[in-house]
Amino acid sequence: MASISNVLRRPTSTTGVWGWITTIDHKKIGIMYGVSSFTFFLIGGLEAFLIRLQLARPEHAVVSPEIYSQLFTMHALTMIFLGVMPLSAAFFNLVIPLMIGARDVAFPRLNALSLWIFILGALMFQSGWFLGGSPNSGWFAYAPLTSSTFSPGNGMDFYTLGLGVLGVSSVAAALNFIVTIINMRAPGMTLMRMPVFVWMTLVTSILLVTAFPVITVGLIELFLDRRFGFNFFNPDAGADVVLWQHLFWVFGHPEVYILILPAMGIVTEILPTFSKKPLFGYPVIVFSGIAIGFMGWAVWSHHMFTVGLGPIANSVFALTTMTIAVPTGVKIFNWIGTMWGGNIELKTPMLFSIGFIFLFIIGGLSGVMHSIAPSDAQQQDTYFIVAHIHYVLFGGSIFAIMSGIYYWFPKASGRMLSESIGKVSFWLMFIGMNVTFFPMHFLGMDGMPRRQYTYDSSYGWDFWNLVATIGVFLLAAGVIAFVHNFFRSLRKGEIAGNDPWDARTLEWSIPSPPPEYNFAEIPIVNSRDAFWEQKQRGEAGEQGTGAGYGEEEHHDIHMPSPSYWPLVMAIGLTAAAYGMLYSYPLAALGAFVTMVGIYAWSMEPVTASEDH
Amino acid sequence: MANITENTGHETTTGLDHRKLLIWAFLGSECMFFGSLIATYLVYYGQGTPGTPTPLQVLDIPTTSTSTFVLLMSSFMMVMSYNAISKGNVKNFRIWIMCTAILGATFLGFQFYEFREFAVHYGLTPRTNLFGTTFFTTTGFHGAHVTVGVIWLVSLFLYSYRGDLTKDHGLMVDIAALYWHFVDVVWIVIFTLVYLIPVGVSGGT
Repeated sequence: MASISNVLRRPTSTTGVWGWITTIDHKKIGIMYGVSSFTFFLIGGLEAFLIRLQLARPEHAVVSPEIYSQLFTMHALTMIFLGVMPLSAAFFNLVIPLMIGARDVAFPRLNALSLWIFILGALMFQSGWFLGGSPNSGWFAYAPLTSSTFSPGNGMDFYTLGLGVLGVSSVAAALNFIVTIINMRAPGMTLMRMPVFVWMTLVTSILLVTAFPVITVGLIELFLDRRFGFNFFNPDAGADVVLWQHLFWVFGHPEVYILILPAMGIVTEILPTFSKKPLFGYPVIVFSGIAIGFMGWAVWSHHMFTVGLGPIANSVFALTTMTIAVPTGVKIFNWIGTMWGGNIELKTPMLFSIGFIFLFIIGGLSGVMHSIAPSDAQQQDTYFIVAHIHYVLFGGSIFAIMSGIYYWFPKASGRMLSESIGKVSFWLMFIGMNVTFFPMHFLGMDGMPRRQYTYDSSYGWDFWNLVATIGVFLLAAGVIAFVHNFFRSLRKGEIAGNDPWDARTLEWSIPSPPPEYNFAEIPIVNSRDAFWEQKQRGEAGEQGTGAGYGEEEHHDIHMPSPSYWPLVMAIGLTAAAYGMLYSYPLAALGAFVTMVGIYAWSMEPVTASEDH
Repeated sequence: MANITENTGHETTTGLDHRKLLIWAFLGSECMFFGSLIATYLVYYGQGTPGTPTPLQVLDIPTTSTSTFVLLMSSFMMVMSYNAISKGNVKNFRIWIMCTAILGATFLGFQFYEFREFAVHYGLTPRTNLFGTTFFTTTGFHGAHVTVGVIWLVSLFLYSYRGDLTKDHGLMVDIAALYWHFVDVVWIVIFTLVYLIPVGVSGGT
């Protein structure tokens, strides 16, 4: 091997700490994505908790106004970029190769790179709290508030650089999954036989690959303005600050579907399994998912109804926004149709999925209300919008993700999560969610602006604010119950077996947790819900496909070897980002380390030679 | 660049190599990147501070046409080098790919000269006005892509001396070629929208 690869010996261990750090196994990467992003989800929750404490009573001063601005900005950014998106990525990693009958993703080392850039980028992003302040402009960062004149300090630079680094991770992961889904399906798995979760991952990945470059350009422009005196968003030089809003929302609205489509995919897998019925209207649900992804590009200006784009622009975007509700509504009818007449088992994953439908309908209805531009002018920047986004993002995405965790935990760990604690956590979260966010509809209708530090008692907002804060305690109790369940079940959970839910898709045909190579023999797919049909025909034995899984028989399956270089590249990239803030020599060093990583990676064979 | 990406060996669903699909999807992403940069340029076209240099005053069509020709010819060389490696002719491959890289570097030289000319001669920097800001950013990011391409081509050239760049490795060259042609196509769009149309419409300076 070339000299550079001999500097570090190829890692060979697949166990212990180094085994995890150098792993390129999609299942381990999925687990690391899940654990790290759930941790960030808890940090985002803590930020929300402080916001609600501040608003619990009028004229409260739990935190300072400056910290409050940083809290609501970081809460949104943490939940979106460090919580929901990577939690979805955790499911992509864990489940997609198993669902399509593959042994890994198309580019295992690229996958490890995405993970490490995400973790290091996320830590860099959060480090603003300890390095002189986090972004405080709201997550949309409207110009010219973000200029170096109005936002001195490093807060907004953590925004541009942090989101930029995280974007690299998301695009790399999305490219990987596009190739994996198009090119690594088991024989016989045509596009219209793919599970819906695979379809939604494909649509989401395409959205990520196309939407992220737009915000990247926006972030680069903002960064150049702030650090090097460029004029992109400088009104003194004649710049149009609305350009930022367009760049942001052209990305920002597809982003909304990036957050919800994986959730819809998860729910679409779980509902038929626990209704003991095939999915109602598979082609319709697939095409409506594609339609949502496509239409997601045509609605961005509904975030800008009050900017003054004129009646024609407002009317067009009002109409496109109403239209996008149609495929969304179609999906809801499909889900209800799937459950209709089914033999429903109310296990915890199913409870969360039904909760998802219930809450998502409420959020969807208020969404349709916002599509009417004159009505939106009344709701813009009030708590009514806060209620809407939490019904679709918390009630939607997070409930679906919880549903997915309860559903696939047995596959990943080999043990079941406790059903009784699971039900307690569901009801606490469900009730807590409604107690917290439903009153915000009233507050918004009553005119309470969002993102405001405090309010006067004479406005009459005291009661519902207090109720919302009480709801957060219920919500937090539900999340704590889940975390307890997670750690308890890892040690003491019931052994799951291959197929604890009598499920439909291929991942349940193999042992839990799956062996490193996933499938001893690549399955052949003859129909949609192939594994279910196989079971009904009685071809699958008690334990899955009946294929032999003896370790000794499968020494001939060559899996790619672990590698250091993804981690080295991620470290280089993060160092370069810090360097752009603090010292250019550090940036150059980071860029150099990244280059070394690229070359060493390129020269390193996929599989380590046997004589190692 | 042997194993920049990996492949567990069994056949793929579409029959295409994973790496080929990856570069196409990546180029789709790059389209959105350059699309946003060019859109910013067009939105701000003709706006800005009175008394500062305008596109019509500074853009030098004959010089940039020459550099555009150089870049287009480099794409031709790239095709020749891919043709050579597909036939297993490593010697010709080395000649053609080096020609491609040299022409790419020449284009960068032109760009450096242009940037320097704007700054020294006309006092136009990214801070001067909106034209400076958007022009240097759009063409600068294109130049950065050409730089990455030149480094990539030189790496392939050097790699061929290791002796394991054979007919079977045509794909590695093919992927670099796709990237190189893409960067070329982007330049055609930039040259048309930023240089030719404004000057053409106004009848030249």
